Amino acid sequence: MSVSLKSYAPIAGEAVIQHLRQLARPLRGKKVVHVNATRVGGGVAEILTKLVPLERELKIDATWEIVTGEPEFYQCTKGFHNALQGSPMDVPENLLRAYEATSAENAERLRSTLEAADFVFIHDPQPAMLLQLCPRRKGKWIWRCHIDLSRPNRRVWKYIHELVKGYDASIFSLAAFARALPHTQYLIPPSIDPLSEKNMDLDEAEVLEVQKRFELDPERPMIAQVSRFDRFKDPLGVIQAYRIAKDFIPGLQLVLAGGGASDDPEGEAVLQEVKIAAGDDRDLHILLLPPDAHRTINALQRAADIIVQKSIKEGFGLTVTEGLWKAKPVIGGNTGGIRIQLVNHYTGFLVDTPEGAALRIRYLLHNSGRRETMGRRAREFVRENFLITRLVRDHLSLMVQLLRGSDEDRIELGTLPR
Amino acid sequence: MPSKKTRTQPFAVTDCAMLSIATGVSAQNLRELRERLQTIQPGCIYYHFWGHHLRPGFEEPEYNNDFANWANQGLHDRNLAERLSVIDPPSYTDLDALREELIDVIEERLDETEQVPWAKSENAFRFIRSTLIVFDTGIRLRTPEEMAEFLPQISPSSLYYHFFDARWRTPDRVDDFRAWLDGLGPRYASLSAIIAGYDPSFITLTALKTELVATFSQFRQGGSS
Repeated sequence: MSVSLKSYAPIAGEAVIQHLRQLARPLRGKKVVHVNATRVGGGVAEILTKLVPLERELKIDATWEIVTGEPEFYQCTKGFHNALQGSPMDVPENLLRAYEATSAENAERLRSTLEAADFVFIHDPQPAMLLQLCPRRKGKWIWRCHIDLSRPNRRVWKYIHELVKGYDASIFSLAAFARALPHTQYLIPPSIDPLSEKNMDLDEAEVLEVQKRFELDPERPMIAQVSRFDRFKDPLGVIQAYRIAKDFIPGLQLVLAGGGASDDPEGEAVLQEVKIAAGDDRDLHILLLPPDAHRTINALQRAADIIVQKSIKEGFGLTVTEGLWKAKPVIGGNTGGIRIQLVNHYTGFLVDTPEGAALRIRYLLHNSGRRETMGRRAREFVRENFLITRLVRDHLSLMVQLLRGSDEDRIELGTLPR
Repeated sequence: MPSKKTRTQPFAVTDCAMLSIATGVSAQNLRELRERLQTIQPGCIYYHFWGHHLRPGFEEPEYNNDFANWANQGLHDRNLAERLSVIDPPSYTDLDALREELIDVIEERLDETEQVPWAKSENAFRFIRSTLIVFDTGIRLRTPEEMAEFLPQISPSSLYYHFFDARWRTPDRVDDFRAWLDGLGPRYASLSAIIAGYDPSFITLTALKTELVATFSQFRQGGSS
């Protein structure tokens, strides 16, 4: 579903939309290509689904390409992902060779498009090798790293560093994730789309229908974590927190809802671990949802009293942003981008342990007034900081600066037509 | 510069976008912070005093600049945080003078303490600089009445440019609203005086917009005849 820019005016403000139109003026007609590894599943695909049409509406010639490969390619890139987020496991040589061969195949298919582009945004490590394989590129290449690089496995980072050091710029979500690289490193947090099916307002009847469909009791308290079945999301820690809290709140229900992404081969194994840990608890609902179940996820988040995202590593944590946008306090792991979204007692709580999460669950469920106050603030916090209009603005600004070839502290564009 | 005005010029509404850029330079303890400050790009000083208004984050931090907030949250040194928070940037001639004052306060604290305050590695102070992309919106306001009508639509970044950035950018160290009103003559002196009362150290963009909308609206209702 394509939504026009003006639809965001009632939410973000007319001035913000006007601002984008003016900022995009110097970029009209420029060819911009975004490349990632999947069209569905995960935060990057969700962002690109919206970002690319909005850039096109601003008269930028934006397109979206994906790299594809055999299972070995995805095993390798999953290994990159885990290692860059701190896992000590190295990526085996045979998988690296598969990655290189697959990158070469993708380069054959994409080379003419990428070499002709004015700007190429390469998202995450999966397509990172394409730069080396496009020697006649004419535009600026930007590596957009969405993951937490604060303590990477050094051997794997050394390999990735060779692939990304030649880029013209890189983008990280937080300063803590930036690494030593010989080019400008921009700091741009991701964002959510308030008009997408996952975040749009829903009427109460639809929320109730989803609760009924999954046999959730609307009369009893419910907490929910929505994310891939991934060890970094710590679903087992959430179950532990739920069990501690349930001793004090016997009616408590937990929903662990998630789906797989086509570039994540570990999801099934983690899901089995979660099912074993859940046992036969009828109040613990594990929902494996298809990648397009956005409205269902929206309804589940709205049905919950509290959103949980107890990650132990997190690039940014868009599910936290989604929960805050639905005016819910969020209990999140004290890591990565969750730290800039959750302010204790204001928009939610940061926790380091299942025990800490259980304590905050109990606190919030016993204080409905606090929940409402925090929820209201949470929504405004997202409105000011983490809507897609802000992300578009940051991308436009970055391209304007790269186009100018200027590294100055201040760029004066002069009068731009309205 | 688009916002420069003479007595006869209308108010030129300017907007901006701030790009945050990592420098790769960080400090783990107070001595490192002092050393890094001696050589860091001036743009970092600007960013860590004013950047919080435009970057995504909590709008009401405990202290009004990043150095003071880090002293409190990273070093757990409230004494230092309080001293850093009273530094008033417009009182200094340029960013280098501001840098000297920061270093002076930090050295004084280092002299007082037996152990150098330090932060966990995950809480290191990371120097960030910014690029401000400034553009003229083409909107011109000729009277305070037109300003009153326009202000409810002003973007947060435009407000930042005309209020916070102007206090550093302009030679007189005044915000663009006052500079414009003062140029229109004594009739608007009371309006200018109200704006002069806003304390830039403690007002958020949201609160500033509310205050300005109310002030100009009241003026239009009661003072334009």
